Amino acid sequence: MYGTTFIDKNKPVKNILEGEDPVKLAEFEARITRGEKIEPRDWMPKEYRRQLIRMIEQHAHSEIIGALPEGTWITRAPGFRRKLALMAKVQDEVGHGQLLYSAAETLGKTREAMINDLINGKSKYSNVFNYPAMTWGDTAIIAWLIDAGAIINQVTNSKGSYGPYCRALERICSEESFHLKYGHDNVVYLATGTPKQRELVQDALNRWWTPIMHFHGPPDKISAHTQILMKWKVKMASNDDMRQQFLNEYVPKIWDLGLTIPDPNLRKNEETGKWEYTEPDWDEFKRVINGDGPCNKERLQVRRWAEERGAWVRRALKKAEAKYTVPLA
Amino acid sequence: MQSYDPRVNRMELPSNEDGKEVLQSEENWETYEVFHQKKRGDQHIHVGIVHAANPEMALILAKESFGRRRQTANLWVVKSSQVHATDYENQDMFETTPEKTYREASDYYCMDRIRKYQQEHGIADRKGERRKKTEAKSK
Repeated sequence: MYGTTFIDKNKPVKNILEGEDPVKLAEFEARITRGEKIEPRDWMPKEYRRQLIRMIEQHAHSEIIGALPEGTWITRAPGFRRKLALMAKVQDEVGHGQLLYSAAETLGKTREAMINDLINGKSKYSNVFNYPAMTWGDTAIIAWLIDAGAIINQVTNSKGSYGPYCRALERICSEESFHLKYGHDNVVYLATGTPKQRELVQDALNRWWTPIMHFHGPPDKISAHTQILMKWKVKMASNDDMRQQFLNEYVPKIWDLGLTIPDPNLRKNEETGKWEYTEPDWDEFKRVINGDGPCNKERLQVRRWAEERGAWVRRALKKAEAKYTVPLA
Repeated sequence: MQSYDPRVNRMELPSNEDGKEVLQSEENWETYEVFHQKKRGDQHIHVGIVHAANPEMALILAKESFGRRRQTANLWVVKSSQVHATDYENQDMFETTPEKTYREASDYYCMDRIRKYQQEHGIADRKGERRKKTEAKSK
């Protein structure tokens, strides 16, 4: 599960294509226009490689960090079946992280470098995982609605141009469909249960609505840079378009359960077909993504703790003569 | 720091402000390409990679990564460094392949010649009656 891509607005547009071979660039763009995929050893512009590494790496980190708020609840899951299902879901998320690290690796950044950058705060992950899962209701809302948002993003990106990323996403999406059904089942169970259970899930929805609205990222202005990335099929849809798609599919399903969404302005404009809503607090989004959220510090410390505790096993298994080779696909 | 996860509160978490590179290079070992066979009789298909210190570990991780849900009959792992591949840059070496129609069964059709010869030499058309029926039906 993962939200959005962050376009680097500081990079001057005129430098993006600087020094690129115009013949090779034209061939590369023609290939993408024909709907063909780019494979790891193909020629590609530097900016294409840079953006993809950054995007896939952030996506991978999000899967790994995303396992933490839910993983917290495995020991306290209500009943054996829920515990088994939650373990399976969390294992899937970690597995998705592995698939995505592999896809990013084919572009030339090693997995060790990516994990180091995560731990040192140099690369980001989806902002929503800087919030805690305070109750079982939160895990239900995360599994249903955060994963729903992620599926919209991932299905969109799976039609992109980079072969290894698309292949990883197709596999991920098929597994996410279980997460979505599992999450929905959990929410329905609570929402149709005792008054206390309804309260639990309503509270969780109230807490998570802002992160959910943040999930696809701030409205992106169509800059020259984003236009190039869209032409290269790196960025496949605007953040607002994905948010609209999410609202259109899921708000009615939330209302079906008689739950209240904490936004009095939320409604579908029947004339435009678009959803209207109160803009979530984007200052909070910026603050949290830059490190000042309720769990940022804990998430990275837990990752570091795990890597440091496992280091001796990894180093004991390492063979001096082994040489790393960039994977093929 | 108080976490919502009671287990986290029991850990002694490291401070994370020294910018240390926690992982050394090649600490995640080599990569192995994984091939998955869905059921006996099927081809093995490449599904992805795993990082492992040796083939045994690669097989265990391949099972966790690619065999935990879908039906699986068999897995292969091959070190990425041991795979030799053609270069996409040299795609032109496959260019004449679709022109080699003489390799296709569909390129060989000689009934017209047989029928012409039969008519000229008074040889009975063995399947003539049946052919007339099908032709009548299709009209």
